[in-house]
Amino acid sequence: MKKVKQTKLKGIGVSQGIAIGKAFVVKRGRISIPYYLLWNEEAREEECRRFEEAVREVENEFLKLKQSIRSDLQEYASLLDVYCMILRDHLIYDETLRLIRHKGLNVLWALNVTMEKVRKIFESVDDTCLLDRMSDVGSVVDRVMRRLSGQHQSIFSTITERAILVTHDLSPADAVQLQLEKVMAFVLDMGGRTSHTAIIASSLDIPAVVATERATKEICPGDLLIVDGTSGDVIIRPDESTIQEYVELQFSLESYLREISRQAPHLAITKDGHRIRVEANVELLEDVVLAKDNGAEGIGLYRTEFAFMNREDFPTEEELYQDYRQMAELMAPHSVTIRTLDIGAEKLSPWLPLPPETNPALGLRSVRLCLKYPEIFKMQLRAILRAGAGLKNVRLMFPLVSGIGELRVLKVLVRETKEELQRKRIPFDEDMPVGIMVEVPSAVAVADLLASEVDFFSIGTNDLIQYTLAVDRHNEYVAHMFESLHPALLRMIKFTVDAAHKAGIPVSLCGEMSGEPFYVPVLLGLDVDVLSMNAQSIPRVKNLIRRSSRVECRKFVENMLLMKTASDINRALKELVACQFPEEYNFFKSGFPDPGEIIYEKR
Amino acid sequence: MELGRHFVVANEKGIHARVAARITEVAQRFRSEIWLEKDGNRVNGKSVLDVLSLACPRGTDVRVVAIGPDAKDALDAIADLFRKKFGET
Repeated sequence: MKKVKQTKLKGIGVSQGIAIGKAFVVKRGRISIPYYLLWNEEAREEECRRFEEAVREVENEFLKLKQSIRSDLQEYASLLDVYCMILRDHLIYDETLRLIRHKGLNVLWALNVTMEKVRKIFESVDDTCLLDRMSDVGSVVDRVMRRLSGQHQSIFSTITERAILVTHDLSPADAVQLQLEKVMAFVLDMGGRTSHTAIIASSLDIPAVVATERATKEICPGDLLIVDGTSGDVIIRPDESTIQEYVELQFSLESYLREISRQAPHLAITKDGHRIRVEANVELLEDVVLAKDNGAEGIGLYRTEFAFMNREDFPTEEELYQDYRQMAELMAPHSVTIRTLDIGAEKLSPWLPLPPETNPALGLRSVRLCLKYPEIFKMQLRAILRAGAGLKNVRLMFPLVSGIGELRVLKVLVRETKEELQRKRIPFDEDMPVGIMVEVPSAVAVADLLASEVDFFSIGTNDLIQYTLAVDRHNEYVAHMFESLHPALLRMIKFTVDAAHKAGIPVSLCGEMSGEPFYVPVLLGLDVDVLSMNAQSIPRVKNLIRRSSRVECRKFVENMLLMKTASDINRALKELVACQFPEEYNFFKSGFPDPGEIIYEKR
Repeated sequence: MELGRHFVVANEKGIHARVAARITEVAQRFRSEIWLEKDGNRVNGKSVLDVLSLACPRGTDVRVVAIGPDAKDALDAIADLFRKKFGET
């Protein structure tokens, strides 16, 4: 046999890890649909019965699958319930019966028409996520069709030795039939970052590359494959030296990730002995588990909006207190920084009049809304102050503060609330630290003044970037201008940190920048004291802090502050991380944040 | 009785298949008609495909309308789902 040369496919890596093994290619034949009409009522009723019978059989198949499902895939058990509901949905079930009964279509034809109608409805909706959802419906209908045309043997159950599964698409119903311990990796033509395969693969730690578009065309059964679930590369029929290279890479990535999570519970201290506290951003009490597991040394941002949303009755002080108190108890002795209500008027519309606003981002929101409704604000303040009683680990934080005048009014309200609690002899933390989010450009400009009147700063980069650069990052026309490394932003962080340290107060950073491991050298060099992020990012960030030297980071930032554009800074940072953290860079370079490029439309 | 209430989709993944199924399941328990509305579109809350076709990512404002004798209970039950983020994060 002629030896075919090595080739490479590029997809999206959705579950990290490297696998080397033989391809098991599953191709599904198309179902041929006959088109004929049934003229007499008896034949139509008989056809309806065939359809009902097939639906029942598929339903039973799903139920049986559900019972045999592995315990670590329980999430999919509930998906099978969803499939049963889709089967019985009026858009499919009733409509197919109607087409058979009243139009005389044969069952496969009727089902095909129904499916096209549903597809049209879904396609008319402008939402890419719906494509993933459409594939659920498709795979359910496909099963019924296969049963009706007599091909219901699952081809996925024929995988008998450990191999890399290559297929066009994989529905959860297919996935649960797989002997997953035989699957070394997934390679799919279809799929996306949020597809079921992505979720299933990452929950089982099986490398996966999706959206390769032509894997099933290029790969022959038995081909040797290398699948890199981090970069999205699939190498077909690799040569000796490539195999060697990947065997080494595979080994080092596995030990690297294992080591990072093993170290996560320990402190993050730089090579030159500076400790950086790493904390978690949370929204619900339940989030604490993941935060602690990943090594959070406190809650740097507790978002409190959730308790006010999606409910008929207004939350009571007691409910809020219970939530805050439990959070404080769970985290003690570590600190919990509770941010007061940071919400727009529209979210409180069930209870409060909705003001007509043409520009809500610059409107009645956050502390401004709280100052308009001081009774609501004071209720939350009471709950927060009480939560710290005895424990003394709760910190109070105001969002969106724009200047000293506003801060002083907020502090008057805190004082009044404390006096009320005192009068009623309700225990609370009298010395609770009070800080502000620095996220409005004016707050940066007067950071020196603000620093002398609060106990801590927390820089909220998401809003700070939006307000400084005047860019809404959810607006696709300008989203590319949302540059985290814009010189203006870096100067503002520097100015804020310097002002805080001059006044002797600590600064944390709780925006999304914190959770990006590649920004660690920038934030350390800017002398930020605490980083607060989503819990998943903590192990990798802590790891990079330990591999950094603050002196060197400072030097880098000094240079960086002389650069003139975000893309220059981005390039310099990329060079630095590639050189300082070669392992991290090599494993994760495909996820390096996009450099800001200002573009113009060519006509 | 006809009642309506606004909700915000708060779970990370929005109303995907499993969430749609939960909403439908709850809606089917009541005698009232249940409708979901978004940007002027109205779909049947008792059909999982209808609910899915509304396409509601995180942050979507959805109005739920219940018409019938047990409208209030139905709305309360659905409110509970939204409030608990459908049991997700």
